[in-house]
Amino acid sequence: MSGWRLKAAGRVDRGARISFTWAGRTLHGHPGDTLASALMANGVSIVGRSFKYHRPRGLLAAGLEEPNAIVQLETGAVAVPNVKATQIELYEGLVANPVNAKPSAEFDLLAANSMFKRFIPAAFYYKTFMWPNWHWFEPAIRKAAGLGNAPEGVDPDSYDHRFAHTDIMVVGSGAAGLAAAIVAAKGGEKVLLVEADAELGGGLLAEPSEIEGLTAIAWRDRMLAALSGMPNVTVMNRTMAFGFYDHQLVGLCERMTDHLPPHQRSGPRQRLWKVRAKRAILATGAFERPMAFARNDLPGVMLASAAQTYALRYGVAPGRRIVVATNNDSAYQAAFALHDAGVGIAAIVDSRARGGDAIAGAAARGIRTIMDSAPVKAKGRRRVGGVVVAAVADGKASESIACDIVLMSNGWNPAVHLHSQSGGSLAFNSSLEAFLPSKSVQAAVNVGAAAGIFDLDAAIASGRAAGQDDAVAAPLPASVGPTLHFADGDARAGTAWVDFQNDVTAGDVQIAARENFRSVEHLKRYTTLGMASDQGKTSNVTGIHMLSNLLGKAPQAIGTTKFRPPFDPVTIGGFAGRAVGENLMPIAQSAAHASALAAGAKMENYGSWLRPACFPRAGEDEHVAVAREVLAVRGQVGLFDASPLGKIEVKGPDAAEFLQRVYVNGVRNLKVGRCRYGLMLSEHGIIYDDGVFAKIAEDHYLVGTTSGHAAAIADTLQEWLQCEWTDLKVLVENVTTGWAVMNVAGPKARAVLEAIGTEIDLSRDAFPHMAYREGLVGGVPARIQRVSFSGELSYEISVPWNYGRALWDAMIQAGAPHDIVPFGVEALMALRIEKGFLHVGSDTDGTTMPQDVGFGGAVAKKPDDFIGRRSTMTPEGRRVDRRQLVGLETLDTGGAFECGAHILASETKGIGATQGWVTSSVQSPTLGRPLAMALIERGTARIGETVQVWDLGKGRPARIVDPRFYDPAGEKLDG
Amino acid sequence: MLLIDCPFCGPRAEIEFRCGGESHIQRPGPHTEVSDAEWADYLYNRENPKGEHRERWFHAAGCRRWFNAARDTVTHRFRVTYKMGEACPEAGESAVSEAAPGAVAGGVI
Repeated sequence: MSGWRLKAAGRVDRGARISFTWAGRTLHGHPGDTLASALMANGVSIVGRSFKYHRPRGLLAAGLEEPNAIVQLETGAVAVPNVKATQIELYEGLVANPVNAKPSAEFDLLAANSMFKRFIPAAFYYKTFMWPNWHWFEPAIRKAAGLGNAPEGVDPDSYDHRFAHTDIMVVGSGAAGLAAAIVAAKGGEKVLLVEADAELGGGLLAEPSEIEGLTAIAWRDRMLAALSGMPNVTVMNRTMAFGFYDHQLVGLCERMTDHLPPHQRSGPRQRLWKVRAKRAILATGAFERPMAFARNDLPGVMLASAAQTYALRYGVAPGRRIVVATNNDSAYQAAFALHDAGVGIAAIVDSRARGGDAIAGAAARGIRTIMDSAPVKAKGRRRVGGVVVAAVADGKASESIACDIVLMSNGWNPAVHLHSQSGGSLAFNSSLEAFLPSKSVQAAVNVGAAAGIFDLDAAIASGRAAGQDDAVAAPLPASVGPTLHFADGDARAGTAWVDFQNDVTAGDVQIAARENFRSVEHLKRYTTLGMASDQGKTSNVTGIHMLSNLLGKAPQAIGTTKFRPPFDPVTIGGFAGRAVGENLMPIAQSAAHASALAAGAKMENYGSWLRPACFPRAGEDEHVAVAREVLAVRGQVGLFDASPLGKIEVKGPDAAEFLQRVYVNGVRNLKVGRCRYGLMLSEHGIIYDDGVFAKIAEDHYLVGTTSGHAAAIADTLQEWLQCEWTDLKVLVENVTTGWAVMNVAGPKARAVLEAIGTEIDLSRDAFPHMAYREGLVGGVPARIQRVSFSGELSYEISVPWNYGRALWDAMIQAGAPHDIVPFGVEALMALRIEKGFLHVGSDTDGTTMPQDVGFGGAVAKKPDDFIGRRSTMTPEGRRVDRRQLVGLETLDTGGAFECGAHILASETKGIGATQGWVTSSVQSPTLGRPLAMALIERGTARIGETVQVWDLGKGRPARIVDPRFYDPAGEKLDG
Repeated sequence: MLLIDCPFCGPRAEIEFRCGGESHIQRPGPHTEVSDAEWADYLYNRENPKGEHRERWFHAAGCRRWFNAARDTVTHRFRVTYKMGEACPEAGESAVSEAAPGAVAGGVI
């Protein structure tokens, strides 16, 4: 085969020349070319190597169904692997390389695989590399197979998402699609016409016949002119409908800059659309079926319609002496188009006894026809040199014809992908030997070739009918001739390709059938038929035909594999859209963020918040900084930004009753102006959250939650109110980000607050521990809770969010005489472990109930039901060997335990049955020794007992203790 | 992506909603009167029908209201959506928002 540029035909702009690089060679093409047509025009016949056997491959198709011409486009970060040459619009300076070929597509070292082809058929890997372990072989095998290379570096391109709504969406701008769009638009409804190709017109771009007295192109131009005059019509080219989802949702991928040289690209590379269409008209066309005959993957064997497209649209011919093999009339049109353009047609080989209407055209042109015959073998080493033809009746070779191209057409498969994805069913049409759309379950209708209507006039009529919402007529019966099948065991089947991209042959289908992989889904997975990136567009139905023939079972009974989106590969970046890098999720910052940074904060992510972990000074590592911060809080005073703490307002006449049902703890007897610590459970009895709630007024509470759970708890409270306790008059509002919270903690906390100035009486008696007050602080309205997670005298001062930074700054200034120190989350965690305070999520897990953390008494005392209560009373909840939260002391000099270290019985030698694990651990700066908390079976009753902690592969002695390590009487926080 | 007809906001895309599972489940009580079996049934046992499923949805990124829906688990068609506390309208009965006649799978467009 040697392609060449025809003298006149085609729609490329011959007045302009484009330079591009293929496999290191500089070649030339014209605007309007694809990479594929330009390669053909330059006489490049081998465009890649096959996936498994590294066989040389040429172009098979002209559209997105192309299985062979898989290329690596561009290099570096903008590289696109595994893109089909038929979909790449040629631009100046384009750089492309074949994939899976070392050192080159022309000469591939691994082509030796092809010599061993008969030893590595379907399932060879499954059967051979099982012993002793597949993973020993996997890396080498993966390296030998595979396609292109991932781009190097971060994707420099951006991608966009858009939503749209339309009355009618037309997919495909061929004759049927254009006809449908025009008629639909005349009704005044909003019409969106989408076309995957750069140029509108679909098959009309290579259509030799006339339509309504005009050339196909002139007819297309007239339709497009009419559409452009209608304000209710939107036409999008370079936009592929890749998926039809539930409720009339169609996914589109719009390629915005891919057709431009990289240096000219700006703005988003692609845009992903989610379009709701009240009605969809699918004019997606059809794919021609290849024929399976020995060595049909030689470069030079291609689809007849593809050659027609290359000649009439791009003005290139694949060779000079062509044999056309067909079982239907459509390939005659390809033969005539090439003949009329000056290409020699050696013969048309037709499997039918007598041809259709087109045969007259062959006679008129003097083209030889060979009836009742089909190709059985292509000849040639690296490209086609001839073809052996046999009689369909007995399969015996009758003639060998010299040629440089074999064109084939074994009938057509409607592109039913979107129809099938929408939930529509398929029915096998034996006259067309193809699966056609049958029932639709969404408002979607198929027209033209997508509906099996291949006659141009009938296709246009179907489009017009669908456009005005009339029924589409059934396709005309066609005369598709017989297919020559290889007998089971015929050696020639082993080189008769079915799936070109995944290297699956007729012989492989025979193996699957022989080994009882007879379901089409098993056939697919056993042989990998249809599993390549083309998803079997040229191969699936051929495989089903073969299986049907081997099993003697009708194709309808075999069925198809599931059609899944995307119809054609969509870049992952398109799905991600703008949600990448810093935009992956919103990160919240405190109002005092800038002041914390200025104070040297080391910021870390805690849930959705960026918070200071600690404030290391020059020369300090995190460990030293945390220890200093802890000692400052214990010794004088510290400042902690607690703004992320969840704050939920609960208000209404039934607020107390509602919270009584929400908390483990009692709520009704709380007095106005007081706070209480509360546990919340899930309905499964598991500890979900804890926090302090304050009673602001008789009908008004402020519910505090952990930082990570604020939104989820507000939602949960809403769900209970709206779905279960609809009789309660309560309003719930999450005000977490309405209030900034500064926590001043330490013996000097009161002095700092007094120095800022407040009208609130801060004396111990007037404002005791666990009290709530409102008033001006530094001239700003504030809510103050005297609560403590550090174990020291501590105030949490809430001010409207925008005053947060001012309050922080005022605190630092007012605290300077007392050596105030800002402290971060890590110091707070150390402080609370010293106090033995529970941290939900660290000291509890998905099995921890209130009785496991010392709240069994509170539950027993409360007469009322609350969320999760019944679950704590189940046999599981009553088990006496439940793990309970206790403290742990080291009995050696090995330092702090690792969190997660397992607790073993003290006499255990080596690894034994676990009795629990360490949940929190710290080297206490205050006490100067390691402290830990742990969930241990029957822990509370075992205080004083010695156990073994399996810590980083070593058994270490430890003693179970009361976890209140520091100030167990609570005198400090009460100070 | 489903199109869900919120009784308060009209048809909106699924990403605005959260499904809360089967609806019309009565919480048993008081806790002292409920057997383990009854409680386990309430916590864990669900209908999982092939066909119409009555379930509750939360318009989280919208009006933040919970409502009920009758959805077909095979076709994903929403027959009807209705407010909390209301009984599910039978087929043919008028409701907060009945699927438009002639509407396809997924109901109201």
